Amino acid sequence: MGASEEIMTKNLDKTQFDQWFDQRFESKMTEREDAHVASLAIIATKGTLDWAYPPFILASTASALGWDVSVFFTFYGLELLKKNLTLEVSPLGNPGMPMKMPFGPQWLKDINWKIPNLVMAGVPGFEKVATGLMHQTVKNNGVATIEELRSACIEADVKLVACQMTVELFGYSPDDFIPEIQDWIGAASFLPVAQKSDVCLFI
Amino acid sequence: MNTVATQFLDARGLNCPLPILRTKKALNGMAAGETLSILSTDPGSVKDMQAFCKQTRNELVASNANAGEFEFFIRKA
Repeated sequence: MGASEEIMTKNLDKTQFDQWFDQRFESKMTEREDAHVASLAIIATKGTLDWAYPPFILASTASALGWDVSVFFTFYGLELLKKNLTLEVSPLGNPGMPMKMPFGPQWLKDINWKIPNLVMAGVPGFEKVATGLMHQTVKNNGVATIEELRSACIEADVKLVACQMTVELFGYSPDDFIPEIQDWIGAASFLPVAQKSDVCLFI
Repeated sequence: MNTVATQFLDARGLNCPLPILRTKKALNGMAAGETLSILSTDPGSVKDMQAFCKQTRNELVASNANAGEFEFFIRKA
């Protein structure tokens, strides 16, 4: 508070002072809010093609909005940081997943093939086929590939950190992963980042 | 209103979040006050562009829709 303002407040009665304080508080809060850089912390725990999308879409979009973004990859999520992405999708046990042909005439594309779990589980290579169809669907609809979204995150300085324990647990070699991983850390290192973030998501 | 763009971005055929990511990238290479024109076919980009501009404080000068295509003019802040 400036000296002149201090003198001014001394001559104010309570109502006037409250009014002055409210205005001042409001403008200070707005000032702080404007100067605040939003932040997002994501914990990515899934390693399938479908579940690879949410963390990379949200991270890349948040960084485009000017947010500070960190993603902690743990357990199966580490698959998303491999140099060679070989992500697959399984419709088995996922009744929410539409099973539609990404090619052929429209009437064929419109059919939702309700295939029983027992059949899906019994046909060798079923996941390979489902994964191939998903890649085609992604391409047909102009949806980004995981590689594209990951590159967008790297370009935008999204902080990619990986779980050290998982590497030991699954017997991975650090050479399997992209060099852009900024750090190999544990829960104790990521939780303080999550604590300070405005948005924290477990995916 | 002056909507003469100095940069153009063709985001047609791309889906969420690519139009936004490409827009951000295009804006990065521009000077303040310059206008970017974007063409998109993603219906979701209409609301996303508004939200993007509000957050990044760039000005969405104009937004038009015709025949399944969306056109945006963004002036870099």
